[in-house]
Amino acid sequence: MAEFRLPANSRIRKGRHFPAADGAKNVQRYVVYRYDPDSGDNPRMDTYEVDMDDCGPMVLDALIKIKNEIDSTLTFRRSCREGICGSCAMNIDGRNTLACTKPADSVRGDVKIYPLPHMPVVKDLVPDLTNFYAQYASIKPWLQARTPAPPDSERLQSKEDQEKIDEPAACILCACCSTSCPSYWWNSDRYLGPAALLAAYRWLVDSRDEATGERLDELEDPFRLYRCHTIMNCSQACPKDLNPARAIAATKKMLVERRH
Amino acid sequence: MSEYDFIDHSHDVVVVGAGGAGLRATFGLAEAGFDTACVTKVFPTRSHTVAAQGGISAALGNMGEDDWRWHMYDTIKGADWLGDQDAIEYMCKEAPDAVIELEHYGVPFSRTEDGRIYQRPFGGMTTHYGEGTAQRTCAAADRTGHAMLHTLYQQSLKHEAEFFIEYFAVDLIMEDGACRGVVAIDLATGRLHRFRAHQVILATGGYGRAYFSCTSAHTCTGDGNAMVLRAGLPLQDMEFVQFHPTGIYGAGCLITEGVRGEGGYLTNGDGERFMERYAPNAKDLASRDVVSRSMTIEIREGRGVGSEKDHIHLHLEHLGPEVIHERLPGIAETARIFANVDVTRDPIPVLPTVHYNMGGIPANYKGEVVTKRGENAELVVPGLMAVGEAACVSVHGANRLGSNSLLDLVVFGRAAAKHCAETMSPGSRHKPLPADAGRDSVARLDRLRNADGDRPTADIRLEMQKVMQNHAAVFRTSDTLAEGVEKLRDTWKSFERVGIADRSLVWNTDLVETLELENLLLNAMATIESAANRKESRGAHAHEDYPERDDLHWMKHTLAWVDDGGAVTLDYRPVHEQTLTDEVEAVPPKARTY
Repeated sequence: MAEFRLPANSRIRKGRHFPAADGAKNVQRYVVYRYDPDSGDNPRMDTYEVDMDDCGPMVLDALIKIKNEIDSTLTFRRSCREGICGSCAMNIDGRNTLACTKPADSVRGDVKIYPLPHMPVVKDLVPDLTNFYAQYASIKPWLQARTPAPPDSERLQSKEDQEKIDEPAACILCACCSTSCPSYWWNSDRYLGPAALLAAYRWLVDSRDEATGERLDELEDPFRLYRCHTIMNCSQACPKDLNPARAIAATKKMLVERRH
Repeated sequence: MSEYDFIDHSHDVVVVGAGGAGLRATFGLAEAGFDTACVTKVFPTRSHTVAAQGGISAALGNMGEDDWRWHMYDTIKGADWLGDQDAIEYMCKEAPDAVIELEHYGVPFSRTEDGRIYQRPFGGMTTHYGEGTAQRTCAAADRTGHAMLHTLYQQSLKHEAEFFIEYFAVDLIMEDGACRGVVAIDLATGRLHRFRAHQVILATGGYGRAYFSCTSAHTCTGDGNAMVLRAGLPLQDMEFVQFHPTGIYGAGCLITEGVRGEGGYLTNGDGERFMERYAPNAKDLASRDVVSRSMTIEIREGRGVGSEKDHIHLHLEHLGPEVIHERLPGIAETARIFANVDVTRDPIPVLPTVHYNMGGIPANYKGEVVTKRGENAELVVPGLMAVGEAACVSVHGANRLGSNSLLDLVVFGRAAAKHCAETMSPGSRHKPLPADAGRDSVARLDRLRNADGDRPTADIRLEMQKVMQNHAAVFRTSDTLAEGVEKLRDTWKSFERVGIADRSLVWNTDLVETLELENLLLNAMATIESAANRKESRGAHAHEDYPERDDLHWMKHTLAWVDDGGAVTLDYRPVHEQTLTDEVEAVPPKARTY
């Protein structure tokens, strides 16, 4: 018989409630996924009431305030706090994004925060990204050229050719796109997912790279590339406004074109 | 098996840190055949190099005439003559080669019309020894650090370097004055690892988070610096903390100097372009210490902007949407998100913000860590090297020029790998570690993991940050510094009463933040005591009771040792006033005007 519920040890329970300090006027409630593997307990949702009059504007500011002042056991990754390192990717209010660039007042009602979906959870909001990183490495994301570079100067590249790599090279590997993709949820063992495919595309369109053929050979596979079903969640999720879906479509087009 | 039993590893070389310097060293070593481990507390592309914006300096001459000797002159002057001229010569001479190499690795540099690497003007960068404005800073739009860090990680993948990711390095393993390895915790399991190596290369970055408001990432906590202090070795020139003129007011996020390089300018509350008064030639492109001081004076004298008159405006709306879109897309995004400003229409509110540490682990231009014993101020510490912001080579002296730090990373990361290749051979045998190696670290970790005092880590950290912000700022006086030293000693003492709530082993960030706080306190103590001691004004150290530079008494590097109880011992090293080769003349000290 089909199993419609999560296994017993994965069911999320109601957690603790931390009320706001007395006198707080502008309270926002954060409902946060908690999971501590050391404890052996089931995951739970803890509720924190935060006085936003005494807090920075972003969801990350609120999480840091919670960790500093309410519950120092709350665990999440963060570093640059300005949207360039990609550490604090999580699911906020039903969308994958960076906590550091997500304004808290853009969320109506309770702010529900979960780790990036469909990834193994290490602890609280920290997902295990090992497979995601391995997929990135698998596309050989480095310049491959047989022609030796000029010894004392740069390889020349026109402004037009540079523009082609400008956007795909701006990816911060936050994993918001891949973990928003239903196809990636079901087949992340074999489907590379939008982030790795965007990285592959970055090298396919780099005028300096000479391994286009080999790169396309590697991608021409029913799973690695063609599990993309043009759902486009990736492009909607990207906190850097990049467009992995378009890059994937362009890659598919390159594969079609080289047959003729 | 106890939960604190060590898992042991042996490698030819261990690199701690995976920012620009750490990665450049790591794959350089892997390429040379060394069994190299890179231990890093964050995934490599999360390192703070990623946030560098404006570019990397090199006298390529793509946009007009240039010469590495002019670059060297600018760097020495920018450093207010506290930089070591041999190291500066090495860096500026290697720069074109290092940047060309980056391009060959695939860095997506912006391009000129003829397809070469695009270069922009930057503060303090001139031609003909101060005469003209140089276009020397090689840029990938305004995400140069991101472009470089990702490319360096890609090269590390290509060379199959071995990484230990999300491992937090705790201590150096020292034996008879030599470094034998490092102790680290694997965050995912909480297990302790002992890495034995012939050479340990520290590339752990700066400690901006010792201050309340900084452009630095949360992870910039000076871990390597603190490991060095705990090993009984000194740090150098810690009083020199760079305030970047244009951090976003409130949020502290960086707005690149490249904005001014592209033609942006600052105005005060009267709408005046005040930099013309302070630096008649370079104006808004004077070096960072000069601009930060000028802004601070404007605000102090009541000419700030805003209802509190407590910040300054940075204008780029006159550059037009095309230039902004092509060359400054990232800062347009950052200003929109963090200051709610459309930069094509309105100025950005900015304030000088802690940005970079010129001081750090004393090292020579090969990357070897040095210390002073008796009269020998060039004593090499066997088995230990330092590169990047963690190191004090010293190429930046009392003030770093913008776009010289990305250069520093690749030049000295590469130099460290080269030095290993010249002095070691892969796979040589290891001596056994001392039996008690790492025992002190275990005791410290266990104490902190079970700490149940009444002062949360975040409270002590905030107190330290406020002391540093208020007492070791852009301008300093004997009184503010002396008071700051006293306050910081109290804060240090209160660390005995620290308490944490998370007792678990897996991903215990409560514990890691407490270890980082301990490291920050060491850095802060060395900084404020070194500052209180230096009775002159030079570069980023502006002492109002001693407003002049005093070359007779103070043209020397400060060394600071900090013991377990927080007591600081100071000494000095001479500045290297000689060049490395006879291809260039040394630049004798003179008055520094822009």
